[in-house]
Amino acid sequence: MNAQAIPAREAGYNFAYLDEQTKRMIRRALLKAVAIPGYQVPFGGREMPLPYGWGTGGMQLTAAILGADDVLKVIDQGADDTTNAVSIRRFFARTAGVATTERTPAATVIQTRHRIPETPLAAGQIMVYQVPIPEPLRFIEPSETETRTMHALGDYGVMHVKLYEDIATFGHIATSYAYPVTVDWRYVMDPSPIPKFDNPKLDRSPALMLFGAGREKRLYAVPPYTRVVSLDFEDHPFQIQQWEQCCAICGSGDSYLDELIVDDAGSKQFVCSDTDYCAQRAQQQESRP
Amino acid sequence: MSAAEQLLPATSVGTEPLFAVRDLTRLYGPDKGCQGVSFELYPGEVLGIVGESGSGKSTLLSLLCGRCPPDRGSVQYRDGSGDWLDLYAASEAERRTLLRTEWGFVEQNPRDGLRMGVSAGANIGERLMAQGVRHYGQLRAAGLDWLQQVEIDPARIDDLPRTFSGGMQQRLQIARNLVSSPKLVFMDEPTGGLDVSVQARLLDLLRGLVRELDLAVVIVTHDLAVARLLADRLMVMRRSRVVESGLTDQILDDPQHPYTQLLVSSVLQP
Repeated sequence: MNAQAIPAREAGYNFAYLDEQTKRMIRRALLKAVAIPGYQVPFGGREMPLPYGWGTGGMQLTAAILGADDVLKVIDQGADDTTNAVSIRRFFARTAGVATTERTPAATVIQTRHRIPETPLAAGQIMVYQVPIPEPLRFIEPSETETRTMHALGDYGVMHVKLYEDIATFGHIATSYAYPVTVDWRYVMDPSPIPKFDNPKLDRSPALMLFGAGREKRLYAVPPYTRVVSLDFEDHPFQIQQWEQCCAICGSGDSYLDELIVDDAGSKQFVCSDTDYCAQRAQQQESRP
Repeated sequence: MSAAEQLLPATSVGTEPLFAVRDLTRLYGPDKGCQGVSFELYPGEVLGIVGESGSGKSTLLSLLCGRCPPDRGSVQYRDGSGDWLDLYAASEAERRTLLRTEWGFVEQNPRDGLRMGVSAGANIGERLMAQGVRHYGQLRAAGLDWLQQVEIDPARIDDLPRTFSGGMQQRLQIARNLVSSPKLVFMDEPTGGLDVSVQARLLDLLRGLVRELDLAVVIVTHDLAVARLLADRLMVMRRSRVVESGLTDQILDDPQHPYTQLLVSSVLQP
């Protein structure tokens, strides 16, 4: 199951839907974002044929960076076959005529919501994240002028107030997704709603990470091999989620698991959230004698 | 005024001033705002600013603490290493650092000075976290310690400030400011809006803390009783100008300026 046959591009749309001037504008903003890791760059967000909250920010970035020979993979909660993933993949197959794939190593551009693939990324790959709220300080400081000043001055003491509250209330840091990180020892960044399980994969990743927020019209980036450190306390260090179970399909003990209710009696199963990773492992196990 | 400036509390004789203000002016209209204010403040000294509503007390306070740039004049502060820092010539980063380390600001309304959405302990720990304390146990210990010092039950460390009474909120705000051991604290009517018995307790607490921590305080109030209890020195403001300044007892017992005489005589004697 390699790259699928390249579909015919629909006439009547510019390549990858957006007009060339818009793509140029987004690329300029992306260059700035890559130059200042973690810094939120405003861009002129366009209307996309999809409601806000469905990945319009990520789609605009994907449209701006997509070339005719790119291979696109789209995942939603780790799965390639969910509504959001299927519709965005089909959208770019039809408007750009690019090849699409479900295999992580075969893809050059991976647009994602909520997960980073379990298969390690390689140099040359680009991850595009769909971001709902790009501002990590918003929960504690609603004023946008104030948060920009705080970013400019590196005034990030309040970020730990939320973690403190977690420990005071739950006894441990209960924030499990959108876990704030410091990028390159400078900017505090919201890594989009990926589980904190995926935070270590951001650190010194060989792939380029691009984040786009459509409603907020902001984008930011983590260039390859950049230090990304999750915030924590000395006596409550950062920890990722752990499960007592293994995946019910492929038996993986070190991937992010989804809990499924499988019958009316409430029996549960844990399976990999990354469907491609799970399928590859299951296939390997079958082919082995 | 110059004669009054010579009169300094006995404790500060021989030391350098902590805070120096020269010809500070900010006018919103003719005689609206404050103008021509100069004074020096010594470590451990409490300066009261009294005057009627609209006399420029609050404008002066926001000029002093770096919240609004003056039209003219300078505010200088001698920091921990003994160097003089010009508040409005310093960068915003330096100003912010100063405001949350060596300075404190107690708002009239505790809701403005507290984070109402997070627990009392987080409110107290915020300054420490901003200074880079990354140890939960230490933050927790500081929170418990300071709740005790401002006479709040330490068991309420995880409660939200909005479940506290007005007087407790005000005391929590004081704890939140004092946790970084500041040298200079600004207070804007800290007892306004509290009933008389709570006021008395708060004043008592403040007096104790000021002595114990050797704090320099600039306190704005229209309540002469508060001024008499807390302040070593008083400045009386009227129509944007300082009309009289000197030792508190001297001003309250032997007022010279007609306006001060009016102010002192208008206090109800029970």
